[in-house]
Amino acid sequence: MSLLLKNLKIVNHDKILENTNILIEKSHIKAVTGESPEAKEIIDLSGFYAVPGLIDMHVHFRDPGLEYKEDIFSGSKAAVAGGVTTCLPMANTKPVNDNSAITKYMIDKSKQCGLIDLYPVGAITKGMKGEELTEMGDMLEAGAIAFSDDGLPVMNSEVMRRALEYIKTFDSFIISHSEDKHLAGKGVIHDGKVATITGLKGIPAEAEEIMIIRDILLAKLTKSRIHIAHVSTRGSLKLIKWAKEEGINVTCEAAPHHFTFDENSLLEYNTNYKMNPPLREPEDVKAIIDGLKSGLIDTIATDHAPHHIDEKFVEFDLAAFGITGLQTLIPLTLKLVKENKLTWQDFVRLTSYTPSKILNLSDRGEIKEGKLADITIIDPVYTYIFDEKTNKSKSVNNPLFGKELTGIAKLTIKNGKIVHKI
Amino acid sequence: MAYVRKDLVGLKDLSKDEILFILDQAEKFKEINQRDVKKVPTLKGKTIVNLFFEPSTRTRTSFEIAGKRLSADTINFTSSSSSTTKGETLIDTVKNIESMNSDIFVVRHAFSGSVKFIAENTKAAVVNAGDGTNEHPTQALLDLLTIKEHKKKLEGLNVAIIGDITHSRVARSNIWAMKKIGINIKLFGPKTMLPKETAPFDSYIAKNLEDAVEDCDVIMMLRIQKERMSSVLLPSDREYAKFFGLNKNKLKKAKKDAIIMHPGPINRGVELSSELADCTQSVILDQVENGVAARMAVLYILSNNI
Repeated sequence: MSLLLKNLKIVNHDKILENTNILIEKSHIKAVTGESPEAKEIIDLSGFYAVPGLIDMHVHFRDPGLEYKEDIFSGSKAAVAGGVTTCLPMANTKPVNDNSAITKYMIDKSKQCGLIDLYPVGAITKGMKGEELTEMGDMLEAGAIAFSDDGLPVMNSEVMRRALEYIKTFDSFIISHSEDKHLAGKGVIHDGKVATITGLKGIPAEAEEIMIIRDILLAKLTKSRIHIAHVSTRGSLKLIKWAKEEGINVTCEAAPHHFTFDENSLLEYNTNYKMNPPLREPEDVKAIIDGLKSGLIDTIATDHAPHHIDEKFVEFDLAAFGITGLQTLIPLTLKLVKENKLTWQDFVRLTSYTPSKILNLSDRGEIKEGKLADITIIDPVYTYIFDEKTNKSKSVNNPLFGKELTGIAKLTIKNGKIVHKI
Repeated sequence: MAYVRKDLVGLKDLSKDEILFILDQAEKFKEINQRDVKKVPTLKGKTIVNLFFEPSTRTRTSFEIAGKRLSADTINFTSSSSSTTKGETLIDTVKNIESMNSDIFVVRHAFSGSVKFIAENTKAAVVNAGDGTNEHPTQALLDLLTIKEHKKKLEGLNVAIIGDITHSRVARSNIWAMKKIGINIKLFGPKTMLPKETAPFDSYIAKNLEDAVEDCDVIMMLRIQKERMSSVLLPSDREYAKFFGLNKNKLKKAKKDAIIMHPGPINRGVELSSELADCTQSVILDQVENGVAARMAVLYILSNNI
């Protein structure tokens, strides 16, 4: 079984090859070449871009337990429709992914689905209660890749210290949902001008920053590895910059909504803009874009957080936090490329190359001979309405739902198989 | 000039002319409340439902009297803001009552933005009777009516608003309206009760109570909610009275004919000394009286737009 993708602009983190072909044999890339070798199937893709299959280090697939929002099948479909071929689902399922049986359930179901690679993130603490460590070694054996109580912070610094120490044995790492729960209080949006105007309770930037600096310092203490999830403030970036300069082993991610929208979107109390961390100030958006460009921010991760419409069509204070993101990842990131804020190579660095390094997945993250044939073909100018037909998630909690988007995954190839095409 | 909106959700989005239009109408209705027979047939056959998802007696009573004096049928519906405990969503509740052909909803709710949410999802006209810490537009309208009555003008006056600004929907509605009208505002309260970002209020933030009341025509004291005393916002009501409460001595800095206002109910001896609450400069009961006229005006104007 061989497949030849012809006449592509092939983008890797370091360079772009014009008018080049990719020969796929079975699950791997056999050649990246200007020649036209024989193949069983040939697809002419003139004018389109080929990027390594996107790796999303932060999704919520709600499975097991909350399948009315999303499940591993629907989440995987949304992923490949968004050009994503590797996902890290977070542990806040029901029950929590805090033991190897749940981890194994997720992986088995994903294999049954067969669209993407799923590497579950196990919980740091049992039941995500922030008290006792989970059996991390056992979960890693079952296929987990990292650990996080995402959605909830580990408030107890001693527990976080021990988690960071313990994980070193297994050469894995901790993903920090950085939020001081006491300081965030009952806040529902950023504590800024819009909180003053709307009367909605604010979450100060410092609720995030205090925990980031704590976790950075604990990583220093333990000489362990920490990844900061969904960075949303310019202050957080200054702290991370300092940590990197100090040689502390820290990486971080930013979500597309945090470099696309700011707090002003909340003036009309639209619950689809309610998320945690909240949308911040225009200056924060700018700092995140600068951080993506400079490399201070290592990866783009969606924090795809599906919620049922009933959980959003309520009073603002009662609405669930979160926004779907898998199918808006390409259009929102490409927007930065079109605005010349990022290059195509930056796009690849942030969405596949660096994630593959952080995750030690050396078989992907590049379009190169010998690598897995995880390839996303992008049509950057295709304009469409993000509607019921396009949307593959079970949920529609995204303010861009019903709106016009530009840029799409035209073809998604996972392990050499076409798993999505339009 | 007229008011053509379906609802009155807040004063923030209204124009100066719209606010003055409502006030003019309210002044006309004042006379009815002085009559022996305090009733006109204006809203005969209209159904007004007071949807109160948060406890209130004075605002609800004021709206009920306003509706009855206009000959509308007024019905009270009281519930809890926490829909999850009841098992019915807010909009389901609203749709149910709407189905009984209600014309106007007067809504109070514990969460900011929830009255707007209701207004966007019902055909009925909606009046905000207080939503969380966002707005309480009819309170600000009755405040403006009272100020105008006593000062014979609005533009150019100096007003101090003192107390828990962050959590006050009364403050917000007054600030938005007063800025549009051209009233100078000074805000003062413990820093724990001022928003982190005060710039959107476009008002002077006073250094202390004396600084706040200095040269003021109007002093508006906000109610300090007792439950905030036990939280981390304030150490005690004793300390609040000492540094943030108004008494006769501190009042000296204000203009001689300054009026003292309070949205009620008063915590005597905390934000306002009893001596001042009952003095001739206090217009607190005028506010309550004007509340009926202001609310009659709002109900009347909205019923014309249905």
